[in-house]
Amino acid sequence: MNLKLKALTKSLWVFHAACSPCNNCDIEILDVLTPRYDVERFGIVLVGSIRHADVLLVTGVPNYKTKERLKKIYSQAPQPCLVVAVGGCACGRVMFKDSYNSPCAVDEIVPVSAYIPGCPPKPEAIIAGVVKLIKKVRG
Amino acid sequence: MRLLFNYLIFPGFLFSACIGLMAGWIDRKVTARIQWRVGPPWYQNFVDIIKLLGKETIVPETAKLTFLFAPFLGLLSLVLATTILGKAFILPSESFLGDLIVILYLLIIPAIAIIVGAFSSRNPLASIGASREMKLVLAYELPFILSIIVVLIKCQGAIQIGSILNHQINFGPNLASVSGMVAFIVAILCMQAKLGLVPFDASEAEQEIMAGALIEYSGLPLAIFRLSKAVLLYTTPLLLITLFWAKDLSPFSLVGKYITLLVIIILIKNTNPRLRIDQAVKFFWGPVTFLALAAVVLAVFGL
Ligand code: SF4
Repeated sequence: MNLKLKALTKSLWVFHAACSPCNNCDIEILDVLTPRYDVERFGIVLVGSIRHADVLLVTGVPNYKTKERLKKIYSQAPQPCLVVAVGGCACGRVMFKDSYNSPCAVDEIVPVSAYIPGCPPKPEAIIAGVVKLIKKVRG
Repeated sequence: MRLLFNYLIFPGFLFSACIGLMAGWIDRKVTARIQWRVGPPWYQNFVDIIKLLGKETIVPETAKLTFLFAPFLGLLSLVLATTILGKAFILPSESFLGDLIVILYLLIIPAIAIIVGAFSSRNPLASIGASREMKLVLAYELPFILSIIVVLIKCQGAIQIGSILNHQINFGPNLASVSGMVAFIVAILCMQAKLGLVPFDASEAEQEIMAGALIEYSGLPLAIFRLSKAVLLYTTPLLLITLFWAKDLSPFSLVGKYITLLVIIILIKNTNPRLRIDQAVKFFWGPVTFLALAAVVLAVFGL
């Protein structure tokens, strides 16, 4: 495994894109940063700009407006950029599947590397998802 | 050959960057402990830099050449200042007349590099960040220079780091007088603004203007900016120690003083909310400049 990938997995900077979630998932993501779970131990921090990000974290069901935005944000990210879908909504649209304002799921817009299901997923589940993502990147 | 060694390795780039990155880790760790978290491992900042070097560098379509040029300008001039300072420490007799002025000029250039880079990225949020950075520079330079004038008065007008050090070794540190103490406090506040840390981080306010001036940077240039932040975290406390607190120059006491200053910076950072830019300018041009002027007057009277 090369140094570049190793460094990447040791310092994941996360950009949080909320594509019309109900906000519960976002709250759980903030929980992961609080003293109880503290993912800064593993070098994971939230960043303000997509240009700094290594991980694009998506929550919610994209609607017609956020769909375009998500596509744009992904195209602005420096490669390698991993996408993580957090919550049942982002993973598979659950009950919004046949809704009039839900054109497609997240993985039809951008390539998703890890799915973290749950409504909302517990912080433990999010951390487990990150572990799986890191294992996948390391191959 | 020796010059190149001094510039690139010791006491220049490599040495200062390593110390600065470690200091950055101490900052993150202590912050985490204050917030009752565990905090990142000691190699975190090094890993961040290596990771950024491996990422794609994106140049915005409308950006000018200065976009890529600015970070290097900042880092190169900062390392030059660090080298001059470090050399004056090792061989005080070899320092040249007026090197303090050179260092002061070189220390402003990183801020100018951020401003230039941000403006040339043509991002509206970056321009807001840059204009805030510009105001902040205008705000803190005045009291900073005034507090250095106090040092010059105390050392009989020697604008040379070597003779300032000698004077302090012979007659006790500048800190040990009323005017020196006041000037030291002023300089610490200015250092906090120079480092761009809370409460004076309005130019990079993550929550309101995202990453502010650095918003369009990715990959290598971002790594360079982070490196120059790290080097600055090494250089400015060292400059303050040189000017105010240089009685005992043994490595052990130097490390102790450096860590003391670092802890002061971290405590200020963690116990204050961010100031709006107008509040920051008012703060520096009001009470802080007044304090600095009082220190100058006291110094003239020999207190
Ligand atoms: S998965 Fe559940 S908690 Fe998360 S955004 Fe959807 S509805 Fe809300």
